[in-house]
Amino acid sequence: MRPRRTFQRDTAMRWATGWVGDRNRTIYTLLIILALLFPAIADVLTGGEGNHLVGTAADAGVFVLLAIGLNVVVGFAGLLDLGYAAFFAIGAYTYGMFASGQLLGSPLHHEFHIPFWLMLIVGMLVAAGFGIILGAPTLRLRGDYLAIVTLGFGEIVPLVVQYLGPGSPVGNWTAGVNGIAAIDPPKLPFFVAGPWVGAPIQVVKNFDFTNPLAYPMDFYLLMLVLVAVCVVLANNLYNSRIGRAWMAVREDEVAAAASGINTVAMKLMAFAIGASFAGLAGSYYGAKLSLVSADNFHFIVSVTILIMVVLGGMGNIPGVIVGALLIYVTQFFVLTNLPDWVTGLASLVGLSGLNQSHGDWVGLHDEVQRLNYLIFGLILVVVMVLRPQGLFPSRIREQELEKGIAEESVFDLREEQP
Amino acid sequence: MGTWLFLVAVVLILAVLLTPKAVGNFPLFLQNLIYGVADGSIYALIALGYTMVYGIIELINFAHGDVFTLGAFLSMPLIGAFGLAEGKSTGVGVWLLLLLIAVIVMTINGGINVVIERVAYRPLRNAPRLAPLITAVGVSFILEGIMYLWRGASNVHYPDVLPGARFAVIGSAFISIKDIVVILTAIILVILLSLFISRSKLGKAMRATAQDREAAQLMGIDINRTISATFFIGAVLAGAGGMIFGLYFNSVRFDLGFEAGLLAFTAAVFGGIGNLQGAALGGLFIGLVQVFSNAYFVSALTDAWIFAILILVLVFRPTGLLGMQVPEK
Repeated sequence: MRPRRTFQRDTAMRWATGWVGDRNRTIYTLLIILALLFPAIADVLTGGEGNHLVGTAADAGVFVLLAIGLNVVVGFAGLLDLGYAAFFAIGAYTYGMFASGQLLGSPLHHEFHIPFWLMLIVGMLVAAGFGIILGAPTLRLRGDYLAIVTLGFGEIVPLVVQYLGPGSPVGNWTAGVNGIAAIDPPKLPFFVAGPWVGAPIQVVKNFDFTNPLAYPMDFYLLMLVLVAVCVVLANNLYNSRIGRAWMAVREDEVAAAASGINTVAMKLMAFAIGASFAGLAGSYYGAKLSLVSADNFHFIVSVTILIMVVLGGMGNIPGVIVGALLIYVTQFFVLTNLPDWVTGLASLVGLSGLNQSHGDWVGLHDEVQRLNYLIFGLILVVVMVLRPQGLFPSRIREQELEKGIAEESVFDLREEQP
Repeated sequence: MGTWLFLVAVVLILAVLLTPKAVGNFPLFLQNLIYGVADGSIYALIALGYTMVYGIIELINFAHGDVFTLGAFLSMPLIGAFGLAEGKSTGVGVWLLLLLIAVIVMTINGGINVVIERVAYRPLRNAPRLAPLITAVGVSFILEGIMYLWRGASNVHYPDVLPGARFAVIGSAFISIKDIVVILTAIILVILLSLFISRSKLGKAMRATAQDREAAQLMGIDINRTISATFFIGAVLAGAGGMIFGLYFNSVRFDLGFEAGLLAFTAAVFGGIGNLQGAALGGLFIGLVQVFSNAYFVSALTDAWIFAILILVLVFRPTGLLGMQVPEK
């Protein structure tokens, strides 16, 4: 006789085992814990001077947003976008132009200071609009031709932005090579400060985000909210009818079209939605840095975001978040600080002679700095060769891959038959 | 038919844009034309490698631009080692030595690219398509890192060993020996390559593999060897391109291949990726657009023009100028 189980116990068991066994839920849980504890960890690590690290984490969040957005295009819909930074630039410049004194010198002769919260939405819409303008004529192209079109677009946008500065025939819109500076920070009518921003509990009226009381914790908290919203949005999209249509288009466009999916509309939608995430990230970036410059949006940024998505595990949202964080930490923390660490280590073990430069040797610090490119390249190659599917690929993709291998082994068996 | 109409349309538009400039100051126009063809020849040599690799394994080989730079960096010490010095070396001996250096550089470059393929791309041949793209970016960083370690971050002077003589064509327009060397090298290599691809057995294997890898395998073609050969030849052409770039411009830098590679890839797509003549034509076209835009149209937007033209071409001819319409696999 089968042992009886009460209904509640059964579901509770399933829920608990599901939670433990499901890798994605584990990653989410760990990420949430890390995000909430990070300010404290940063303080402990730096002995009470954690603000700088928290600010860096808020900057890393920009890349998390970008990776989530690019994952919609590349991971969900299977469209290779090599110019994603262009939409990031469009978002950042939209906010920069309409939330600073910049347009006073433009043919409009009027400066705008539209609130950040409104511009978040406007930035998304503008970026999505550009996504549609670029995508509509080009999404009929086959896979890699689309990639080169996006690459071209990604190169055109920073050049045009830079060109539309002082002295351009149509007036100074973007401040050219200097970039737009003194961009408004986000503002709130009031803000409740407290231990969560490392301050005594008090109500601050007309709070702005550069307020030394909370900076950069307020940006960090805002970033957590933005990331959470984007994760929910992207997740819902993935599980919706649109998400399934994207998957169908990604796996077999002809079959998808034959099943009644409007493939061009679906691809366009992926493109526009992906672009809107970048627009959002751009607005935040402009507000946090208070400066946007065309130099920060070149091809290498697009490639970096793509690396984050592919290395993290295309199509899987927690995977790409981890990918974005790992690459960001590697590039902007480990590799930037490595020369100092190595120098410190050398002094510690009594090899401080290496730290001075003599002859061809430029000193340990600079020698290690020179290795940056090489180390980063090696990491990319080694990780991808060891885990071609990315660190945490989506379950569905993994199964597809395993199935692909199974098909080949059938082929091998047939070969071995006498 | 459509191809020709399109080509005629492109040429007509260019003619309309450039005729006033040509009429205004013909010698200057001619001078720019010569520069453009010379630059375009170098782009063509890089673009061929892109197009061959893409044609055979559908990989956008981002490291290819750096393989080109490697050609320049490898030839630099050899020029000194073979006793060639600036302004001193004359006579037939120089040409023979340069040819010898070129052969050595091309071989080493080809070998390195074969190793790169073996280590970074072959293990991923059945992996998701974007995985090798990322390793290609990684290899690009590695190559740039090595060249950075080797010669530092700033511009490096490349020995100026070619004769500086130049001949007047019309008025103030000159063609120098360097121009002629660059253009002739490219033409000879392109002809040799097309002969190799169309006549030799290995070339036939390459075409078969590009068309259908599995079918080719069933016909007894050694796929791995064929793909290695493709990478070898691509790097041979890029190495030659790097060396003549150095001889022509006399200044190289470790990250030179980044932008050059991007433009050469554009050239390959422009001509129809996978198509050799298309890549050569595309390279030439990009070189000309670049030089003319720098001279006559807003030079700050040169790259923007190039990519805008590319996007327009792809909108109207989705497979590039000479690309074949192939069904989705």
